[in-house]
Amino acid sequence: MTLTDFPSAIGRRALVIVAALGHFTAFFIDLLRNTPSGLRRFYLTILQVQAIGNRSLSIIAASGAAVGLVLALQGYNVLSRYGQAESLGVLVALSLVRELGPVLTALLFAGRAGTSLTAEIGLMKAGEQLAAMEMMAVDPRVRVLAPRFVAGIISMPLLGAIFSMVGVMAAYVVGVMMIGVDQGQFWSQMQDGVDVVKDVGNGVVKTVVFGIATTFIALYIGYESKATPEGVALATTQTVVVSSLSVLFLDFILTALMFSKP
Amino acid sequence: MGKKQTETLVGAFVLLGMLAVLFLALKAANLASFSFGATYPLLARFDNVGGLKVGAPVKSAGVAVGRIASISFDNKTFQGLVTMDIERHYAFPTDTSAKILTAGLLGDQYLGLDPGGEDKNLQSGDTIKMAQSAVILENLIGQLLYSKAAESPSKEGTGKK
Repeated sequence: MTLTDFPSAIGRRALVIVAALGHFTAFFIDLLRNTPSGLRRFYLTILQVQAIGNRSLSIIAASGAAVGLVLALQGYNVLSRYGQAESLGVLVALSLVRELGPVLTALLFAGRAGTSLTAEIGLMKAGEQLAAMEMMAVDPRVRVLAPRFVAGIISMPLLGAIFSMVGVMAAYVVGVMMIGVDQGQFWSQMQDGVDVVKDVGNGVVKTVVFGIATTFIALYIGYESKATPEGVALATTQTVVVSSLSVLFLDFILTALMFSKP
Repeated sequence: MGKKQTETLVGAFVLLGMLAVLFLALKAANLASFSFGATYPLLARFDNVGGLKVGAPVKSAGVAVGRIASISFDNKTFQGLVTMDIERHYAFPTDTSAKILTAGLLGDQYLGLDPGGEDKNLQSGDTIKMAQSAVILENLIGQLLYSKAAESPSKEGTGKK
């Protein structure tokens, strides 16, 4: 072992990372370019919305309700200490619409829909279905990836909005019906504090960005997975880890961009 | 599952999502109360605008009649220049006074308009002559301390000295 081994090992590793990033970006642009032709058979996309969106509906709604219930209870505990229990509505609505709705939906989406996308595509690759498609001059990016990508982008904002709506309703049930916060104050404070463009609009923008990120990461990792049972298992794990982390970091960047100005 | 059924289910899902966005926009953020009606600008100069923010409500008799459009510094008079957009169907006499008020003890600041008794009304772009600055808590405490300091020697000065 010579002295130069260590620096060159670092260099080699860095080159691998840069190359992987380049491959990732090239794949993304390639997929974007193939998306319009993938939309020509729109029924494929509808089928994927059914698989990704409709089937995630129950877990999203249940989680939204649970988060809304807990937020209302905990928020009431603190707010009532300062005699501000009426601000419960705006507290719950703002935290749901701005942060919890988009982020938790994206995390659940990565776990519920992202993994199934990765496993499906990984198994297609392991079963050489993708190779077979290429033999028949059918581009698997157009036939398989593009409809799933579009379906993810369509489903995520809708799921995020449903999450926030169910959360607000659950907070209403706990806050107004069970604890007894004044109903008029609950809604009017919320309507005073929540802005359509700044809060609701930015929340929707967040979910769209998260939808693109989680869906694309799931598709990419599935498509690039090793065509073995272990490879597919590893890819599924990677999808959850990578997309969850990217959602959290993207959320920080987006929040800094959207809400840092007074 | 048939094609028709899948499409119906997906349609229901998309509809539910749209409804959720609509709910958030209307019920949580109250888009409906946004006034898209025509407004006219009025100006007012304050020695100190305090914590007044752009977008804060302009109220008269406690009713919102407009919003703060912009706050800038007038380098000629060295005052804060506040521009407010008043809804077109509200008119105020020329001797209306403006003051910066606080909602509650620690709440946000808003602009209050007290109408006067003149026959003529303020026109678009007019300046409100009487403008009372925001109450700055530090100044208030300072005044209190000064007045206390001024009266204390007369009361206990004889004994201590």
